[in-house]
Amino acid sequence: MNALSRFAANRGALIGLALIVVLVAIVVLAPMLYPQSPWRMVGRPMGAPLDGSFLLGTDTLGRDVAAGIVHGARVSLLIGIVSTFAALLIGVPLGAVAGYFGGIVDDAVMRFTEFFQTIPSFALAIVLVAILQPSLPSIVLAIAIVSWPPVTRLIRGEVLSLRTREYVQAAITVGQSTPRIIFTQILPNTLAPIIVMASLMIATAILLESSLSFLGLGDPNLMTWGYMVGAGRSRIIDAWWISFFPGLAIFLTVLALNLVGEGINDALNPRLRKEVRK
Amino acid sequence: MTGPILKVEGLSLSLPSVADRAFALKDASFEIAAGETLCVVGESGSGKSMTAHAVMGLLPPAVNVAGGSVQLAGRELLTLGDREMRQVRGRDIGMIFQEPMTSLNPLMRIGDQIREMFEAHGALDPAARQKRALELIEEVGLPDPARIVRVYPHQLSGGQRQRVMIAMALALEPKLLIADEPTTALDVTTQAQILKLVDRLRTDHGTAVLFITHDFGVVAEIADRIVVLQNGEICETGKTAEVLRAPTHDYTRKLIAAVPSITPPLPRVIETAPAALTVAGLAKTYKSGGFFTKGREVKAVDDVSFEIRPGETLGLVGESGSGKSTVGRCCLRLIEPDDGTIRLETIEIQGMTQRALRPHRSRIQMIFQDPYASLNPRRSVGRIIAEGPVAQGVDKKAAMQRARDLLDLVGLTPGAADRYPHEFSGGQRQRIGIARALALDPKVLIADEAVSALDVSVQAQILDLIRDIQERLGVAILFVTHDLRVAAQICDRIAVMQRGRIVELAPTAELFANPSHDYTRKLLAAVPGRDAFAHAN
Amino acid sequence: MDLMRFVAMRLGKGVIVLFAIAVLNFFLVRAAPGDPAQVMAGEAGAGDEVFLEQLRQQFGLDRPLYEQLWTYLSNYATFDLGFSYRQQQPVLDLILDRLPATLLLTGTAFFISLALGVVLGALAARRVGKWSDSAITTLALVFYATPLFWIALMSQIVFSLKLGWLPNVGFETIGSGYTGLERAFDIGRHLVMPALTLGLFFTAIYARMMRASMLEVAGADFVKTAYAKGLSPSVITRRHVARNAILPVVTLAGLQAGQLVGGAILTETVFAWPGIGRLMFEALAQRDYSVLLGVFFVSSAMVVLFNLVTDIIYRIVDPRIEAST
Repeated sequence: MNALSRFAANRGALIGLALIVVLVAIVVLAPMLYPQSPWRMVGRPMGAPLDGSFLLGTDTLGRDVAAGIVHGARVSLLIGIVSTFAALLIGVPLGAVAGYFGGIVDDAVMRFTEFFQTIPSFALAIVLVAILQPSLPSIVLAIAIVSWPPVTRLIRGEVLSLRTREYVQAAITVGQSTPRIIFTQILPNTLAPIIVMASLMIATAILLESSLSFLGLGDPNLMTWGYMVGAGRSRIIDAWWISFFPGLAIFLTVLALNLVGEGINDALNPRLRKEVRK
Repeated sequence: MTGPILKVEGLSLSLPSVADRAFALKDASFEIAAGETLCVVGESGSGKSMTAHAVMGLLPPAVNVAGGSVQLAGRELLTLGDREMRQVRGRDIGMIFQEPMTSLNPLMRIGDQIREMFEAHGALDPAARQKRALELIEEVGLPDPARIVRVYPHQLSGGQRQRVMIAMALALEPKLLIADEPTTALDVTTQAQILKLVDRLRTDHGTAVLFITHDFGVVAEIADRIVVLQNGEICETGKTAEVLRAPTHDYTRKLIAAVPSITPPLPRVIETAPAALTVAGLAKTYKSGGFFTKGREVKAVDDVSFEIRPGETLGLVGESGSGKSTVGRCCLRLIEPDDGTIRLETIEIQGMTQRALRPHRSRIQMIFQDPYASLNPRRSVGRIIAEGPVAQGVDKKAAMQRARDLLDLVGLTPGAADRYPHEFSGGQRQRIGIARALALDPKVLIADEAVSALDVSVQAQILDLIRDIQERLGVAILFVTHDLRVAAQICDRIAVMQRGRIVELAPTAELFANPSHDYTRKLLAAVPGRDAFAHAN
Repeated sequence: MDLMRFVAMRLGKGVIVLFAIAVLNFFLVRAAPGDPAQVMAGEAGAGDEVFLEQLRQQFGLDRPLYEQLWTYLSNYATFDLGFSYRQQQPVLDLILDRLPATLLLTGTAFFISLALGVVLGALAARRVGKWSDSAITTLALVFYATPLFWIALMSQIVFSLKLGWLPNVGFETIGSGYTGLERAFDIGRHLVMPALTLGLFFTAIYARMMRASMLEVAGADFVKTAYAKGLSPSVITRRHVARNAILPVVTLAGLQAGQLVGGAILTETVFAWPGIGRLMFEALAQRDYSVLLGVFFVSSAMVVLFNLVTDIIYRIVDPRIEAST
């Protein structure tokens, strides 16, 4: 496979992949690594990292920061993936319909999409979660609602150009039905950009979720990275580690997903790199 | 007599290791004298464009000079440093490119782009630059120079932009002008004007011209001498008239034989039968502009009527924007016409819903222009061909078997059915496209510029195939093309389109012998190399 | 079409967007669990039955939905964004009080990030493949992936608490009695960290975009023409590549305006910057939904404004638009 070997030759993408593998391992092994609830007080408050038996120290209530990070990983990944999936579920059909049918349908869908792009997305997410009350479903819903417009724009653009492609015209002339054309001729050819976009969207969703939790809009029953950073804020002068390590975890996760996304993109579209002039 | 302006000796250009051959150009030698035009001719991938870029010192980073020398008026160019080479570009060598639409900076006024040429080489003072820019615009035959200097490229047509490019390239009176397929993207009448312009400027200024082209018609029109390239190697060089008359190398002979003649063959006898396709009063208007702005209307198709009998080929000829492709697509209802009737044998398909039309679609099929875009890259060739019959209710297995038979019919091995489009060459893909169109046993075929994207030797093969299939199956063909030579060879009758209307419709031989409409005459006169390729094939 | 008509048209579009947001707000209040009156009262008055009844009367909550919507929209049309019973002030007054600080912060961050991003992106593209390109792209990726609130916190620790170079929080030194230039300088010192941390993320986005755009334009035919003219690489980069490459970045900057305003909520929260983002955070803690929705509405209006500005810039820079409309 050509694309695969190009991906394997990309150092950044491999580092990203390695980080994601570590993250997934942590999620899978969480019940074994830290079988106890991360909410439990296990030591003296604000214990420094490596001081005593806690690798990353303890927080203001004596909870193990490392345990929180390990359990938070699951929440971050879960929300990232589910909300991205939900956003794709909204965005892909809308984009496909707008791009394929054009005309008034396209106009209507794009006005609607532009409207959602104009709204400051983080502010809308805050309002949604605040009004629906913070919980896992409301957070996923809010992130999905603010993340679908770029998907629609991407898919619409792709479909718009694919639909004038001659093989699609040929499918019309041989009498294939419209849904069949969309599903067999058009959408499979948009798969590559969707995969790239999805990996970047998971990263953005994780950032968004952590920002919401930081403001206190996380699910109150779940230990999340954003919540940990926010909770450590007030004691940042004497216990920097409480906020530092969860933030680092967010950073590494988001970075890894971006590296992988870009790696896939470069592997699938080698043209851009080759045509670079001096 | 002084020495040659350009002297290329033993020039080799190496390609990166991933390419399918080691050299873009191998051991090439040729020279051009002052006031002489040398054409480098070859099919796509022959290395002709690389030759031009090597002389200009503008090779892509992956291509390197592996040996040889390039001398401009006795001065070696290959050993020059970046700064010195920069001074040569523009001042000693001017260059024009294939795509006039994208070769000018969209954000700069024309005048500024011309003046930039003087500025880059520190020539003239600002006032003189302005004056000279106006003179140049005048010289390349653009109207109203005072206006042209102030406009942006998007306000000019393709032909006008190419004139601007020429004005720019000649601004500093270079010794050598390199023209890289400068008329390929232009309509035939515009092409004729640009060729004439280049030729006039060459004589006026004594410029040496290195002209890259794939078109032997253009060669016959403009070249003093030619160099024929095949896979990066020069296979023949000589005086144009001699090479065209008596080519010595097999490849050249094959290329020249493949150029369709402008003289139509003897008319075929078409049996009288009810028309396979009847179009009457067809109209399509495009409206642009939105809710707030006043819309503009363009009549793409305006009251077009014709009919085609079984076994007959009707050519639809015109320049870009004439509406010929729109007519083709309207017949298939890929574009919805505003008005008129489209009858397939006895069935009126205009006015049917798309759903009601679907079962009738098997009667009319299309062969597309772009062999690379017309096959879905993710489906096997067999499935691509079988898709139509399956959509029309044929059993999957039977459809696949039929696909294999069809591949055989169009000259490919039945085993091709299991492979994917990217494994085939352009000509092979076009054969697959034809097999797909035939899979539904259509009565009518619309061929939309079906051979325009192909190299001339492949073009000849595909034309043969289409003719052969028509004879065997008796389909009616609407052959949409911009190329009068191709039309001359394959069409029984030709309809000439201009601005959405058919201005003349006549049997091919008659149309070429006695064109009745002014526009037809203009088109015919513009065909490059008319006289050189007037012989009957 | 001339610029005035274009601006008028875009303003009209903006008004439609704001109208739609007002409608959205109306339904959001009704989507909240519990009675709309309780939502509007917030935690302040939710227990007071008499007060709630009074609210129901005032907003016609016993009337049909469309009449309620009409009342709601009429209020918005007259810039009445509701009343904060918690703060005992009209929402609009609360917002207007805080708006200048937010405009200062987002405006500064916007221009810093656009200028810095364009310059860095152009630099990276110019030296593609060299170490400076790698350094810029890596840095851009790092800042793109860093959570805004976290980097704000960390810079607070480093530059204020440890090094003491810059003030920790707030808009100006309270009780200093500074006036005129002195005050401006004081505010400027307070502005540095919030504006930079907010701007870094966007600098990263614009730099990546500018780099990609430069590389794409560098392959364009007219750049080949420029080389054929014998122009020097620096002139080609400046005059031909950069000028064309910057257009998509301007468009993107307009589209990102919404994110900028969203980011301000986090930055203002961390740095106790007295803008509408901080107001939103406070309203969240107090469950003061009227203020929350009001801020949401006003920040959307800001985005509409930002979009308008970038659209106008784009029109001035790109001559092609005139012809296509």
